[in-house]
Amino acid sequence: MLDRDEDILKAAEDWQKAGHGVALATVVETWGSAPRPAGSSLVINDEGTFLGSVSGGCVEGAVVTEAMDVIQSGKPRMLEFGVADETAWNVGLSCGGTIRVFVEKVG
Amino acid sequence: MKLAILHELNAERAARRPAILVTDTESGEQRLVKAADFAKDPLRTELEKQLRMGKSANVEAGGKKLFLNVYAPTAKLVIIGAVHISQALAPLARSLGYDVTVVDPRTAFASPERFPDIPLVAEWPDTALPPLNVDAYTAFVAVTHDPKIDDPALLHAFERGCFYIGALGSRKTHAKRGDRLRAQGAKESDIARIHAPIGLAIGAVSPSEIAVSIMAEITAVLRLPPKEKEEAA
Repeated sequence: MLDRDEDILKAAEDWQKAGHGVALATVVETWGSAPRPAGSSLVINDEGTFLGSVSGGCVEGAVVTEAMDVIQSGKPRMLEFGVADETAWNVGLSCGGTIRVFVEKVG
Repeated sequence: MKLAILHELNAERAARRPAILVTDTESGEQRLVKAADFAKDPLRTELEKQLRMGKSANVEAGGKKLFLNVYAPTAKLVIIGAVHISQALAPLARSLGYDVTVVDPRTAFASPERFPDIPLVAEWPDTALPPLNVDAYTAFVAVTHDPKIDDPALLHAFERGCFYIGALGSRKTHAKRGDRLRAQGAKESDIARIHAPIGLAIGAVSPSEIAVSIMAEITAVLRLPPKEKEEAA
């Protein structure tokens, strides 16, 4: 109730209307201790500007990279991050949790 | 997300009406269900449950994996009384994510010098409250100690179904307040909704500590399931 996600969604709409390619990344599932609950979101435009967060900053970089591909392809993608993941050395969650992030194009 | 859905979602949020975005996480298909349409939706049980908990969740229905993303309005806090406690309470509530408004007809109290950056309405509750759209996502706190100001404000809060209503004053003061409100037509169940003495019992003394105890109680009412809520308050 307290998330001020309206600013993020408002930005998504404004950026799209201004002609930007825009993607929305949303936490859809968490296991263990995850920094942001399901429903938390991050919006990214084609210039790499982003607002909001899906973790405490651990995986945002990777999400932004994937989101660029989603803006290009238009196809939604499910990302998973966690210590059990083989990419954990690069973008794992230091808190030990696992999260799934749904990335979709806006528009 | 289709732009039309995003636009509709932003409109619902601007109007402080809850909605849930249902996403098929395999196909990416989406639909937005407004709270007013929950009753006729095939997922009504799940939608109502998740909104009540204010929690997004995954469900399986008709062989599809669906993500229900809950969009509930930002909570508001209306403070009746621009008193010392309110000077600590308003910025604390704001840091917790609440949209805060302070109402007090006494202009000596409701001054921008005492409340920098906090929306202030220096009017009587009858004039000040209707435009504030007090609703079920509003916490309502009456701390003037003056029945002429607090009482009509509390009657308004009952009418609007605020999720939290608190009033400053000892048990004795509160008993008298109950009598006055009853005389003005308040229902017993409404009076029982008032948290008084206000705030969790943490031995608060200073205005800042009282503000912490009030916000702790509001947080408990907002977040705990009903049973644990009773134990905390």
